[in-house]
Amino acid sequence: MFGKLTLDAIPYHEPILVVTFILAALGGLAVFGAITYFGKWKYLWTEWLTTVDHKKIGVMYIVVALIMLFRGFSDAVMMRTQLAIAQGSNAGFLPPHHYDQVFTAHGVIMILFMAMPMMVGLMNIVVPLQIGARDVAFPFLNAVSFWLFAVGAVLINLSWFGGEFAQEGWLAYPPLSGLAYSPGVGVDYWIWSIQIAGIGTLLTGVNFFVTIMKMRAPGMTLMRMPVFVWTILCTNILIIAAFPVLTVTIALLTLDRYLGMHFFTNELGGNQMMYVNLIWVWGHPEVYILILPAFGIFSEVVSTFSKKRLFGYTSLVWATAVITILSFVVWLHHFFTMGAGADVNAFFGIATMIISIPTGLKIFNWLFTMFRGRIEFSPSIVWTIGFLITFTIGGMTGVLLAVPGADFVLHNSLFLIAHFHNVIIGGVVFGYLAGFAYWFPKSFGFKLNEKIGKSAAYCWIIGFFVAFVPLYILGFMGMTRRLNHYDNPAWQPLLVVAFVGMLIIGLGIAFQFLQLLVSYKQRNQNLDVTGDPWNGRTLEWSTSSPPPFYNFAVIPTVKSLDDFWRSKEEGTADVRPTKYADIHMPKNTGVGVVVGAFSFVFGFALIWQIWWLAAVGLVAMVVTIIIRSYDDSTDYYVPAAEVERIENLHIQAKAKQGQNHVQ
Amino acid sequence: MSKQPHSTPLRMLALFGIVLVASLLNGCDWTLFDPKGQVGLEEKNLIFTAIALMLIVVIPVIIMTIMFAWKYREQNKDATYTPNWSHSNKIEVVVWTIPCIIILALGIVTWNSSHSLDPAKPIESSEPKMVIEAIALDWKWLFIYPEQGIATVNEINFPVDVPVEFRVTSGTVMNSFFIPQLGSQIYAMAGMQNKVNLIANQAGTYDGLSANYSGAGFSDMKFKATAGTPAEFDAWVKKVKASGQTLNADTYHTLEAPTIKAPVAYYADVTPKLYETIIENMQKGTNQPVAKSEHGEGHAEEHTAASAEPKKTSEMSADMPGMAMSTPQH
Repeated sequence: MFGKLTLDAIPYHEPILVVTFILAALGGLAVFGAITYFGKWKYLWTEWLTTVDHKKIGVMYIVVALIMLFRGFSDAVMMRTQLAIAQGSNAGFLPPHHYDQVFTAHGVIMILFMAMPMMVGLMNIVVPLQIGARDVAFPFLNAVSFWLFAVGAVLINLSWFGGEFAQEGWLAYPPLSGLAYSPGVGVDYWIWSIQIAGIGTLLTGVNFFVTIMKMRAPGMTLMRMPVFVWTILCTNILIIAAFPVLTVTIALLTLDRYLGMHFFTNELGGNQMMYVNLIWVWGHPEVYILILPAFGIFSEVVSTFSKKRLFGYTSLVWATAVITILSFVVWLHHFFTMGAGADVNAFFGIATMIISIPTGLKIFNWLFTMFRGRIEFSPSIVWTIGFLITFTIGGMTGVLLAVPGADFVLHNSLFLIAHFHNVIIGGVVFGYLAGFAYWFPKSFGFKLNEKIGKSAAYCWIIGFFVAFVPLYILGFMGMTRRLNHYDNPAWQPLLVVAFVGMLIIGLGIAFQFLQLLVSYKQRNQNLDVTGDPWNGRTLEWSTSSPPPFYNFAVIPTVKSLDDFWRSKEEGTADVRPTKYADIHMPKNTGVGVVVGAFSFVFGFALIWQIWWLAAVGLVAMVVTIIIRSYDDSTDYYVPAAEVERIENLHIQAKAKQGQNHVQ
Repeated sequence: MSKQPHSTPLRMLALFGIVLVASLLNGCDWTLFDPKGQVGLEEKNLIFTAIALMLIVVIPVIIMTIMFAWKYREQNKDATYTPNWSHSNKIEVVVWTIPCIIILALGIVTWNSSHSLDPAKPIESSEPKMVIEAIALDWKWLFIYPEQGIATVNEINFPVDVPVEFRVTSGTVMNSFFIPQLGSQIYAMAGMQNKVNLIANQAGTYDGLSANYSGAGFSDMKFKATAGTPAEFDAWVKKVKASGQTLNADTYHTLEAPTIKAPVAYYADVTPKLYETIIENMQKGTNQPVAKSEHGEGHAEEHTAASAEPKKTSEMSADMPGMAMSTPQH
């Protein structure tokens, strides 16, 4: 009746998990109680859960990302604490069974459930605004994507309190992840949380690719798109090309585990090397899916806060395109030690190095944007400068690892761990947090507290070096990754330094949350009435903050790159349109939530092999979508008078402020 | 010192710097920078060459970042300000060309070193090579010396200056065979054979380990590799032979069972072609332990090894040139 699910699945004998569960349950109850107390259920349902507005969906993505950042960082705290003490006869406080779940979860969560939603959230909020569109191409699909993703995040966190999570490392190489060596439900949690979230991501990729190709404002040619839009376009091309590989690879692993097939185990001619190749055919483009948008954010930020046009726009665009293509021909550098011949290794090594040319070029472009500018030291620019220094070092260690001869001794060492944290924290995280600070006023209508924002940035930057330079050194000292304990006294001091670095990063995260709290309290002092708090250059700053649900009362006509800057210089930015027209908008719908809920039932049932329930979940999902497709009333028109009323409010507020950025 | 807003982080940074410099001064103790064999030495030099080449760009970039950020800060009204300047052919040429030249140089280094350091390539030496077969198990290393007819668990010994060809496979999940101070590692995969050629040019006992996570007992999957004089090696072989134990299908089956921190074990005698048999059986399926397939047949091992030249060998090798798949070498 309930498949593999029994009461034994609840880990009540694990004190850490019990306490975590109680805290999570209390937190959940508190939120539930608060919503009920303030009578906000209806508001939450109509304004958020059923929304198809890209701006609100974007905010929800980022909320999930911040919660997952907290979760993933807790894993990091446990790992660093374990390794700071587990020397010699001291076994530490995490036995391998638990520790192995922690490092697996840390990787999966930070990449797929923290970085990805942060990126997707930012692009949801920003891209339609930057291209002068009223929403994405398929707003309902966008809501479905979000809910599928959210279900993945729920499933992965559920694993702690019902069963176990995977212990195979974040990419779950078979045969270790096969049934013979991992009979538990851990890998199944891994499979279904990634599968369901991954489908959501793929749909997002299609959605934004179409949005950017088809919905740009008149006059916005490809070479007039902001660099952020360019990087998002390339990222979505990568998503469309790479995520199906992930889906299929995991599906084959699922067949191995569920139906006794042998795609990746030797029996009947299966091959484990095939899995490693396939997973990295997705895995390497995945890191570019994450970093390209960060490059886009830095481009926007550095130009806005240097108060200067971006240096070498054309070069930057071409560099992005080259990186997009090259990212598909380098995957083998993740396993030079598998035994491919010298020619193969050398090819992939050199292909990897070639990527550093367009990437290096980008760094120079940002530097020469700062050159002869007037740099305003906002938190976003602090993140950017931190990035330029950190990422350059991370790039160097990456190219070093791309030399097969060097990788033969550095592979799977802490040097590798330090390298990819160097580029992911120094590039991706710094980038997204710069973007977070930069676009926050656009989303909420008030600026974040800059002082606390800078403290967060300094803590992250310093904390990064304190936490990860020791790992570089430990790599040279021969320490491998994923160790639970060790007996080398020389390693311990460095691991303690890394522990301190983790605490400093923790302080940075604390500042980040404190900043939200304080800024919310001081919101009336930091209101952004103009919609253009940074004297911005691109279209998103031409509408109010937060933008009306239809984004633009009149779709702008684009005449140049940095079109809003141009219109401000020409003095046409504040000219009112002669008349407003009715606006065609999509209606909110609860179908996204419902599909998500059924996909949860489906995934959960498959994890525990409750076949009848899985069938119910799948059929319900399909039926819901069929019903939706017969719904003819999915859109409506906003009357011109209503548009005029909303626009007048914004114009009056702006006039009251008496501020005009056009000099 | 007066209290400045950033004094705490700065002090922290200084402290960190001290620890860092202290460990840098100890740099000669870092395993990878203290290689004991030719392969490790070449890899260390390769790392230094590559870093030096890249620093040609990295250092200027970091200096420029700090300089530009400081010089063109908003408060500095004396600095030139050119809000609409966004293109310069001269700069573009420089920032494309210099990285290209460096990557060209590094690419040549990479191509050459990938070939000279190919783990499967035999090491040139006046001494004839020695063969050691390494089998990764849960969570221990089993070593077979086909020429000496002995086997050990978690310990190997070989003479200094004699090139050693390690033939590496796995009786379980993927692992990586690695003796950091001697150089290159290589994956150990079930049903397949990988080769890594190493040499010790200095006597000593070195740590060996699995560098690829393989499950709960992975952290203790370590062994010792000792390089000494030929006489010391012969004495060690004698010691192993004196153990009286035999490694056959039964004892292998016992070894296969997952254990953590397995003690060193010696086997004076090994069933012929056991290594090849293990590869072939693992090729049929990870769930088929060696002993099972041979149950009830007296000379099954020899039989299996001799008869079954695996059918897939040729096509799989073609897929991945350079990787010898389970080709028993006679």
